[in-house]
Amino acid sequence: MTVWLIILSLAALTYLTRFVFLGLVGDRPLPAWLLRHLRYTGVAVLPGLVAPLVVWPAATGGATDPVRLAAAVVALGVGAWRRDVIQAVVAGALTLAALSWLLPG
Amino acid sequence: MVRKRGAPFARGVAEGLPFVVIMVPFGALFGVLATEAGLPLDQVMAFSVLVIAGASQFTAVQLMTDGVPAVIVVLSALAVNLRMVMYSAAMVPHIGSAPLWQRAIVSYLLVDQTYALAIQSYEAERAWSVADKVAYFAGTALPVFPAWIGATWIGAALGAQVPDSWQLDFAMPLAFLALVGPMLKTRAHVAAAFVSVAGTLALWWVPWNLGLMVAAVLALATGAEVERRAELRMGVRA
Repeated sequence: MTVWLIILSLAALTYLTRFVFLGLVGDRPLPAWLLRHLRYTGVAVLPGLVAPLVVWPAATGGATDPVRLAAAVVALGVGAWRRDVIQAVVAGALTLAALSWLLPG
Repeated sequence: MVRKRGAPFARGVAEGLPFVVIMVPFGALFGVLATEAGLPLDQVMAFSVLVIAGASQFTAVQLMTDGVPAVIVVLSALAVNLRMVMYSAAMVPHIGSAPLWQRAIVSYLLVDQTYALAIQSYEAERAWSVADKVAYFAGTALPVFPAWIGATWIGAALGAQVPDSWQLDFAMPLAFLALVGPMLKTRAHVAAAFVSVAGTLALWWVPWNLGLMVAAVLALATGAEVERRAELRMGVRA
């Protein structure tokens, strides 16, 4: 029940973010300060969301794991360097697999 | 001037097709992880059909498994999607005079990939009518959405069969980091990301993941302020 509530409210509110100007506000310029903040919504939320998962992974009971840390650094680095999401995931996953195999925990 | 010929709709389909390569693995990963988190098939599919925003879907599922209250789950996942407001505004000069029902459908299908393609082509094809522009957009959406929804379904069907040795617990962090990497376009973006990480870790003791929200607000302000100062410096030089 709660899950449906989450899905439906997230769906409705997300639709609103896409419809707000196209359907409601129309052709009015956004104030510069607002645009300036909207540009950073992705980098403001996602890194914080992922940081505890990387530093204190649940799979190790919260202990910092060098293998996961290395895989995370590689995924982020390749993503920033290549500007390609798929290459970044693959590089991170390969690092995780290779190091797990080399350093069985 | 050399004008690219071809019907806008067909061009949209052709240019949307390569994005299937991104949508399929990400959709499948969402399907797998949401299923592993305990969601039944209908809820997994409802996420991908109704929300259609990968990063926020991953966010919601992650926070739900952490047992965070529903309101915080929705607000955190919505925060990830606020950039769509910018997309919506950017589309208005191009298709703002299209019929309302068309704009309503375009809004539903306005995701990172279709937006990026549309804006790029609209800037290049000045001669296109509003109807041409809507047709192009519909074309880009045609391969992208079935790929996203179909891949989610495949992922959900596979979910239970993935062996533990694959260390899927770390697939979500890797997916997030892979999304963040390409976003680090300027020093302002890097600064915002840094504040987001440092703030969340420092405020981890705050209940209900509210530390994440506080850190996100600080990170937004940081990004905006670094950008403003960079512009001031540019202004001085120019």
